[in-house]
This record gives sequence, structure tokens and C-alpha cells, in this order.
Amino acid sequence: MNPATVLITGGAATTNAPATSAPATSGAVQRPSRDRARSQLPWGRWCLITLALGFMVLFLMLPLAAVFAEALRKGWTAYWQALQEPDAWSAIRLTLLIAAIAVPLNLVFGVAAAWAIAKYEFRGKAFLTTLVDLPFSVSPVVAGLIYVLVFGAQGWLGPWLAEHNIRIIFAVPGIVLATVFVTLPFIARELIPLMQAQGSDEEQAAIVLGATGWQTFWHVTLPNIKWALIYGVILCNARAMGEFGAVSVVSGHIRGQTTTMPLHVEILYNEYQSVAAFAVASLLALLALVTLAVQSTVHWLHERELKAAAHLPPDRCGRPEESHP
Amino acid sequence: MNTATRVLPGFKITLGYTLLYLSLLVLIPLSALVLKTLSLSWPQFWDAVTAPRVLAAYRLTFGASLIAATVNAVMGLLLAWVLVRYDFPGKRIIDAMVDLPFALPTAVAGIALTALLAGNGWIGQYLEPMGVQLAFNPNGVVIALIFIGLPFVVRTVQPVLADLEKELEEAATCLGATRWQTFSRVILPTLTPALLTGFALALARAIGEYGSVIFIAGNMPMVSEITPLIIVGKLEQYDYAGATAVATVMLLISFVLLLLINALQAWQRRRS
Repeated sequence: MNPATVLITGGAATTNAPATSAPATSGAVQRPSRDRARSQLPWGRWCLITLALGFMVLFLMLPLAAVFAEALRKGWTAYWQALQEPDAWSAIRLTLLIAAIAVPLNLVFGVAAAWAIAKYEFRGKAFLTTLVDLPFSVSPVVAGLIYVLVFGAQGWLGPWLAEHNIRIIFAVPGIVLATVFVTLPFIARELIPLMQAQGSDEEQAAIVLGATGWQTFWHVTLPNIKWALIYGVILCNARAMGEFGAVSVVSGHIRGQTTTMPLHVEILYNEYQSVAAFAVASLLALLALVTLAVQSTVHWLHERELKAAAHLPPDRCGRPEESHP
Repeated sequence: MNTATRVLPGFKITLGYTLLYLSLLVLIPLSALVLKTLSLSWPQFWDAVTAPRVLAAYRLTFGASLIAATVNAVMGLLLAWVLVRYDFPGKRIIDAMVDLPFALPTAVAGIALTALLAGNGWIGQYLEPMGVQLAFNPNGVVIALIFIGLPFVVRTVQPVLADLEKELEEAATCLGATRWQTFSRVILPTLTPALLTGFALALARAIGEYGSVIFIAGNMPMVSEITPLIIVGKLEQYDYAGATAVATVMLLISFVLLLLINALQAWQRRRS
């Protein structure tokens, strides 16, 4: 069959084959089909790009724009006033506090879990990895509920906690627990596949050369995993500050005391204080934009580093990619 | 290999810490849920999880999640394709923006979508006169779930598509395949494991989603009330037994989906 006729009959509108870049060695028979492809493709390509971008604008950009537009609907003064409210401030402080506790906890856990899972062989490893992933697939509401069942007034430890006058549910410790649960996999998930791919040859060399375990981690492992680590921390932080479902179940919505920023947004919204709700929401949207910006910067820096490494002599850039089972 | 890896210190302490942390934060609280459920009598459990209002909530949650995950699979494939294969101005920004639903708190997404689609919103004001209502009914649930599930398919398909060997497609074209044949017989089968993984991830996330949905759903019992909201509603009435029973059903579904996702990812690894 002649490729040229094939390409003519294959409609450009419905299919999305890429621009053919036939290898330079291709024979003269293919010439007409390549020319034909070039003259046909841009139309189909721009169709697909327009469709994809249209979807992005409709589903992602417009909601984001709506947050800022609604927040500023009554002007900058109303916006600033909404943000200066004491309740908004206490929500901001609480959100920062929760993230400041939850992110370091999960950072230490993520590094420890990745070290154990990636560097050693032991029975039950697949199960452990699944367990680390589990919080991702549990509904946030269920995540909140399980802590209510342990620490709540009717829960396992409820009577004992009441006796000792300790509040966990409907108080800050409960919010911290629920946040730690939902953000638990973020850093570990970034590190485990990377450290598995890197293997442990470099660490073993360091140990054999006389480095202590801590020195090995600090000078050999950490530089290798730093980008994934930063990536995980950013994502973990964004989720910790933005978590709604799990926190909503354990917080009790005590205004000015146990409302994080997302919960404060909900309270204001339900009270029809639209501008104030969107003003606080705009701070969270800014946080999301900063997260995305840092994320793509990290991605870019990492790629640049890989490219730089590729220019080094082979013995210096050789990552032991296949050394691990 | 085993004796070599033993050289590295820290196995006991890191594994011990991992197990302790996971036990305290995940295993013990989850077992509290299971034990609480086991303390219910069978009729009590069955009545709680099959009440008409709860059944309607399952139908809405699964129906809307399936529709949303399907839309995500199609649009995610398209977005991944456009981002990998084509160059256009602003591509880097678009690529970064795909992750917005991961970074934007769900409550913010919920009120933003509601503001857009409500009768007086930017989009709603044009649709309302045509009789199309997208907020405060099950349509709103689907839209919120499409929003939060979008990045999953893009991010699972994108790397596989980038690694795809172009020679295969060229060979197919040289052998006389139409573009559609090349796409459906050569490219799509290679992408299937990644596409299904992304679909399952989006589905799992959609089924458990709460924050973005409750603002836009309208939350009418029997019509637009999702399953997580049933749990919250029961908790607010101090019906811990009922909340636990429904939560156990949701947890079981999460487990099944998690196993499915693990199997799909193993399939994908074998393929590559």
C-alpha cells in the first residue's frame, strides 16, 4: 500500500498522530507522504492544542481567577479588612502551627521509611510500602473519624483523657493528628522509588572508606535525594495547610480556637460573608501558586543538574541505576 | 547482595521507627474503626449501611466518580499528548498548572467552582437561561470531581508517552497504517497500564473526596448527598455506630482500589 494514500485517507481531524519525523535514512518513496503530512498536520495539531487549553482554562484557570475576583469584588479596603479580622488571624496562625508540626514529623518519617525500604531486603516489604500509601486512598472524613473513635469522648481513651483533663478531639492535638495522617505518604512516596533506583553502592563505598552512618547519610545520600526531598516537603506542606475533610471532623469548629484557614473559609462562606471567605481563600490560592512555582523551579533545577552531570566524564556521572534488584 | 547491604548501618532504627510511626498513626486508629464495627450486631450494621438515604449516597458517589474519572482519562490523555508531543507558547506554565488541583485546598476549589457555576456566576449566568443547572445538584458533584482528579491521569501517562519510541509509530506508518490505526493499535496499548492506573487513582480520590464537593453539591438527601457527608452527618448527631458502619464500607472500597492500583502499577513496571 502506498503510504501517501494512507495518509490522505486517514483524516487529520479525528486522529492525533504526531508530526512525522521520518529518519533521515528513509527512501525516496516516503518523500510525498512526508510533505503531505506536513501540510495536513498543523490543522489537527492546533485543534488538539486548542481543545486541551480550552479545557485547562475552563476547569483550572477560571476557578482560580474567580477566587481573586470574588475576594476583590468590594475593593481592596474590604479585602484588607477581611484579612485583619482577629478570627482570620488566629486561623492563619493555627494553620502555620499545624504545618510546622506535621511537615517535620512526616519528613523524618519519610526519610527513615525510605531508608529502610530502599536500602535493605526484608520480608513484608511490599506490605509495608502499601501501608505507607494507605492514607492516600482513605477518605479524609474516615481519617478524621478514626481519631474520634480513639480519642473522642466515647472512644477508647476518651474516659481516661477526660479524667486527666486532656483534650485531643475538638482541640489542636486532634487537628495535628488528622493532618499528619493525610500527609503521611507525601515525602516517603517521593523518596522510595528514587532511592530504590539509586541503589546503595555509593553508601557502601562511603562506609567501607570509614565514614560513619550519619556522615554517609549527610554527605552521600542527602545530596542525591535533595530535589525529591524538597519536592515532597512542598507537596506535604500544601496539603497540610489546605486539608479540609479530616480536620473538619476532629476540629469541632470552635471559632478563633480550632478553625484552620480552610475551616474558616467554610464558616464565612456559610454565613454569606462572601468577600471575607474569598479573601481568606485567596491566601490559600496564593499558597497553591507559590507551591506550583517552587515545584516547577525544583523540577527545572534538577533537570539542569542532570544535564550538567551528563557532560561530565562517564566515570563521574555513572549513577548505578540497575544495581538494585 | 544481602550480605553487602548489611554493611549499611541504620536498618533496625529506621525500620523500627517506621513501624512504630505507622502503628501509632495508621494501624491502631484504623483497627479502632474495625473493632467498633465488629461490636455492632449484624442487623444494626446492615440497617446502617443499606438505609435508602445511604444507598442513594453510594449511587451518587460511585456514579459521579466513575463519570469524572472517565472524563479525566480522556482529557488527561489529551493533555498529556499535547504537553509531550507539541510545542506552543506558555507550555511550561500549562504543564505546571496541571498540578493546581493537588496544590489548591479542596475547600477553595469548592467555593470557586460554586461561584462560577451558581445562577449569578460567570458561567452560570449564561447557562441558567438555557435551563442548564450545574451547581447545587449531582452535575456539580461531577464537575468538582473532574477538577480534583485531573492531574492523576496526566501525570501517570505523561512519562510513559515521553519514553515511547517514535520508531514504532514510524514503522506502523511505513507499513501502511492510518494515523488512527497507529494510535489505536500501537500507541494506545502501550499507554493502557498507565492510563488505567491514572483512572484508578482519580477514581479512588473521587470516591473519598469531601471538601470540594460539599459546597457545590447542594447536599439534598437522596439527591445530591455524597457518602462522606453521610458519615459527617451521622457524627454530628452523635450516631457513632452508624458513622463507623458506613466508614467501614468506604474503607473496604479504598482497600480494594488500593490493591487494584498496586496490581496496575506492577503491570506497568513489567511493561516498561
